[in-house]
Amino acid sequence: MIQRLLLKLSLMICLLGGFVMDAYSQQQRFPKPEFQTGYQIPTTQQPAPRAPFLEYVDLFVLIAVMSLTMWLIFRKRSRKGILWLSVFSLVYFGFYRNGCICSIGAIQNVSLALFGNDYSISYTVLAFFILPLLFALSVGRVFCASACPLGAIQDLVIVKPVKMAPWLQKTLSLFPFVYLGLAVLYAATGTDFIICRYDPFVGIFRMGAEFHLILLGICFLLIGMFIARPYCRFVCPYGALLKITSFFSRKHLSITPEECINCKLCKESCPFGAIDYPVNEKENKATSTDFRKFIVYVMLIPVLMFVGGLAVSSSYKLLSNAHPDVHLANLLISKPELMQNSTDIDVETFLSSGKSLKTLVTEATVIQAKFKVGGWYLGAFIGLVIGISLLNQVIFRKRSIYKANKGDCFSCGRCMDYCPVGKPEHPYYKTKIADEDIGK
Amino acid sequence: MSKIQNRRQFFKDCLRYSVGFALVGVAGSAFKNAKAQQWVWQIDPFKCTTCGRCETACVLKPSAVKCFHAYALCGYCDLCGGYLKPGSTQRNTAAENQLCPTAAIQRQFIEEPYYAYHINEALCIGCGKCVKGCTSFGNGSLHLQIQHALCVNCNECAIARVCPSEAIKRVPADQPYLIKGDFGPTQKV
Repeated sequence: MIQRLLLKLSLMICLLGGFVMDAYSQQQRFPKPEFQTGYQIPTTQQPAPRAPFLEYVDLFVLIAVMSLTMWLIFRKRSRKGILWLSVFSLVYFGFYRNGCICSIGAIQNVSLALFGNDYSISYTVLAFFILPLLFALSVGRVFCASACPLGAIQDLVIVKPVKMAPWLQKTLSLFPFVYLGLAVLYAATGTDFIICRYDPFVGIFRMGAEFHLILLGICFLLIGMFIARPYCRFVCPYGALLKITSFFSRKHLSITPEECINCKLCKESCPFGAIDYPVNEKENKATSTDFRKFIVYVMLIPVLMFVGGLAVSSSYKLLSNAHPDVHLANLLISKPELMQNSTDIDVETFLSSGKSLKTLVTEATVIQAKFKVGGWYLGAFIGLVIGISLLNQVIFRKRSIYKANKGDCFSCGRCMDYCPVGKPEHPYYKTKIADEDIGK
Repeated sequence: MSKIQNRRQFFKDCLRYSVGFALVGVAGSAFKNAKAQQWVWQIDPFKCTTCGRCETACVLKPSAVKCFHAYALCGYCDLCGGYLKPGSTQRNTAAENQLCPTAAIQRQFIEEPYYAYHINEALCIGCGKCVKGCTSFGNGSLHLQIQHALCVNCNECAIARVCPSEAIKRVPADQPYLIKGDFGPTQKV
């Protein structure tokens, strides 16, 4: 008897509970009508997103383009082929895929997957991040040559490349490392994806964006007419990673198919200043002062790392203010009157959410602490990069031929066209024969 | 090959392999959190406060956020809080009394006293005014969703960044919608 009563009671509670939850979640103020005319309630249309398997097609295209570039560089030695391939990538990854999915932006997804708590990266995005780097480690920056739509659009607008002073080029080339570090810090703390946000060309690919982004893209293209590939060389954070991996690459594009004959024809062919000239041993002999400099710079590296870490870490308040929670907490602490009377949407939403200011401030402090720790790593990284590039200035490398700089070279293949070796019909040989005739 | 060159080559190989191992290490630890799942962005209608930023913050103009109608939840009212401006009892259905700034809501007579409301997606700008009206005065059957045939699936959704209630989140691409009524607590009970 009692058992049956209990059963009934629990059933009732279950039903009641179900009803209460139902009413709460759907706010059914008005009952569902019972139509006399037999009207059928329509279903809500749900247009499907792009089919997931197409992302594997994107991945296949990426691998195919990079492999084809490899073949074009090492076997075919054809600049023309690479040019057409980059036009294809610009159309496919740029205008068809709207610049998204992209290896450059994938840096942030990987950082978030490594340091974020509840984010799981998809296999394709991870592959987009890692494959170009692995290719660069074995054959150089074939990704930059033809697979990257951002590189392709800049490569096409090069009109009259200006030669930059080496010191300026080297100094500006440090910025990608800073940008890379900042992007990782911001993505890892779940603050922002700055690479995607300030991508200057995605607005052009999408044929529409905020005015300042389009303006930035057009500026980059206009500058790119004279300073070749400005984004790739002085901004791109993925380029910084590719530079490191390509520097240690096993194989790399060579200007000449056989022995270099020092004809100097390729000297001015590279619009990116990525060809290293022969260095005369007598002119540039390592002296004792250079050796002393070397020791000083080696000792300077830990100092630079410490100073950088200290500087970035102590500016954690400024850096963390980009996080919406930290920003809101700062705003409410500095202007408490907003709690009473505000038209700010963020403040209003916060107030109506019922969350206390104390919880918000605690959350903000946790994020700030992350920035404090991350700031040390970022600063030390920047210090290390500056230190190593200083060290590079005093390291003497003997070179007797013209050679592509493995770190800076985009493997675009322009220089291959200039090299007369293996091309008997090349005008170089005709003029040479004429010169010899005159000599006789 | 001379001794010095041999040594150089050895150092270079060592560095190459260490860079390679570092790459594999980074990829491997990210791989632990990886899934075959692909993600798209979607609005949780129960978190949405209809602040109006969906209309302006999207990278697309007009926004990929549209009003969706969960017909199964609708009360089919004559005086609809999502269709007419507040104070609907004193109003007729003339254009100046409609809440939607682009007249994207179409009213259809079914039978006394019921009316059906349909969203003309081509006109909808995702401002959420009707959603606010419907949730305040009606059943909340109108709600904002990201329309995936339009959305370009940015790596970081520009609306999610500015959403004050953190209502926009990544959802699995095979279940790309959070339509009111067919998910949430009601489904679990």
